[in-house]
Amino acid sequence: MPGFISFFIYRCLQIVVTLFIVSLLVFFILRLSGDPVEVTTPPFMPEEQREQIRKFWGFDRPIGEQYVTFITKAVTGDFGTSYLAKRPAMELIIERLGNTLLLAAASAAIGVTIAIPLGILSALKRNSPLDFISTALASLGTAMPNFWFGLMLIIIFSRSLRILPAFGALEPTAIIMPAATLGVGMAARLSRMTRSAMLEVLNQDYVRTARSKGLKQNTVVIRHTLRNALIPIVTVFGLQLGWLLGGSIIVESVFSWPGLGRLIIDSINVRDNTVVQAGLLWISLSIMLINFAIDVFYILIDPRVQFN
Amino acid sequence: MEKQTSRPIVDSLMENVSVLPPPRKWTLRAASTLAKSPVGLAGTLIVTLVVILAIIGPLVSPYDPTDVNLRARFQPPGYADSKGAYVLGTDQLGRDILSRIIAGTRVSVLVGIVSVIIAGTIGVIYGLLSGFVGGWLDIILMRIVDAILSIPFIVWVIAISGVVGIAGGSGGGLPAIILILGLTNWVTYARVIRGEVLKVREMEYVTAAYALGQNRFKVMLLHILPNIISSAIVLAAIQVGVTILAESSLSFLGLGVKPPTVTWGLMLSDGRQYINSAWWMTTFPGIAITITVLGVVFLGDWLRDFLDPNVRGRA
Repeated sequence: MPGFISFFIYRCLQIVVTLFIVSLLVFFILRLSGDPVEVTTPPFMPEEQREQIRKFWGFDRPIGEQYVTFITKAVTGDFGTSYLAKRPAMELIIERLGNTLLLAAASAAIGVTIAIPLGILSALKRNSPLDFISTALASLGTAMPNFWFGLMLIIIFSRSLRILPAFGALEPTAIIMPAATLGVGMAARLSRMTRSAMLEVLNQDYVRTARSKGLKQNTVVIRHTLRNALIPIVTVFGLQLGWLLGGSIIVESVFSWPGLGRLIIDSINVRDNTVVQAGLLWISLSIMLINFAIDVFYILIDPRVQFN
Repeated sequence: MEKQTSRPIVDSLMENVSVLPPPRKWTLRAASTLAKSPVGLAGTLIVTLVVILAIIGPLVSPYDPTDVNLRARFQPPGYADSKGAYVLGTDQLGRDILSRIIAGTRVSVLVGIVSVIIAGTIGVIYGLLSGFVGGWLDIILMRIVDAILSIPFIVWVIAISGVVGIAGGSGGGLPAIILILGLTNWVTYARVIRGEVLKVREMEYVTAAYALGQNRFKVMLLHILPNIISSAIVLAAIQVGVTILAESSLSFLGLGVKPPTVTWGLMLSDGRQYINSAWWMTTFPGIAITITVLGVVFLGDWLRDFLDPNVRGRA
């Protein structure tokens, strides 16, 4: 147990340090664009008025000082005020975060439901037509741009069949197409990993032993094989959750899904840097927390994993 | 006398040697493994075709990709008028979709190759230094990599090109996009290469090189670098596909290459506006991207098996 506590503390410190570097990178990259007031104000605005705006937002201070102000406030949960919405950036993000998490959960559910059974079947019936087709589909799913797949779904289900709404989040059915878009992309990546992890374990001696003991096929597959194949599968699943958050930034735009990704793109377009930097920091934190959760999961499912 | 007694041994040795096939060149080895791999062959075929189209595109293209024909706007695939046939239909300005897809290969190939070279060069040097020097430098360099990797590649690229594109006024030209993709994607290489360096560093031939009195710099360049470069090549092949997808996403969102340059992402962005009336405007550019990336992925898979069976499953 002391091992676990020091592991926990070490990982938390690591997340804090990484988040600090992310904040530095994001802050300075967003300021590469030069003076935000210059671009966002009408050209006929008198210079004095612009000067006032700069003073109001603190843009007249040296950049180092601006960063220190930003980070000290951010630690207390205050990520600044959106130029456009004139509301705290944090509030805007929390409003949208729920929708993104809902979409991510639905997509992950679709992805896992397709990928795990398909990957297992492919591995068990290696080199069968089913294996061939599922591997081909997985390659196809990895190669196609996910936003394009989303557009194809719109053409088929909204335009031709007219059974699903093409955008928004007003109806409960609106989540189906964005979630299917992301879920299929995830399934493609996850099923490949499931297949190869299963194949690796199926070749182990203990699986042969289990078979020769006369255990049922289901017991061998689920208790002896899948449980041992879970570690690489969970790793890829974790990476895929990160990919899902990245992919959702575009897919949310395609389907006008009111989530964090669309908020970030809209904010980039209107130069609302406060919201963009808060959004990026939240994405970074979520992904690090996911990785942390996966590490803890390893410890739970695999007694061989040591703390370090 | 001695020579004569040893001759039968030498003869018998030579006999054995002549039974062994002569060592083959790597090109021959590559060709023979490629011939046995349908996936590798398909990949090579697709990639070769795309590269050829990118080079000689204007010669085989039925129309000028920017030629406007207002009488033939929104015509479905197979439409023909006095000017000729439009196999894949036309867009909102009556431009030929097929010609535009051919013109788009150029951007994808250029972006894929150049930004991967930029990213690969930076990443290999970074990973080499981090893994070889070790100590505090390694810790600091890897924390920076962790920080960059904690935000998905596509999100970085969107944020940076959004900011830079707006900052540069019209901005968003092809060179800018290539540079942004290259300068963002090096982290993947840095992490993988560092891992490889840590493995190779402990090999006996590296110890032997030190024992022979070679300095650290030479060991790094002559003994470590050549042994990690195949991992970098395999990774680069995979990243060509990732980069092509990223460019099309950027252009689709209006944050990438700007018209009049023709790119598949921009065609999809046009197509999305007319998605209710002209499905072909969205469908065909997407198929072009999918086939190209599929070719790159296939080729990368084969290359991985051929060059470095050890990196399977990574990246």
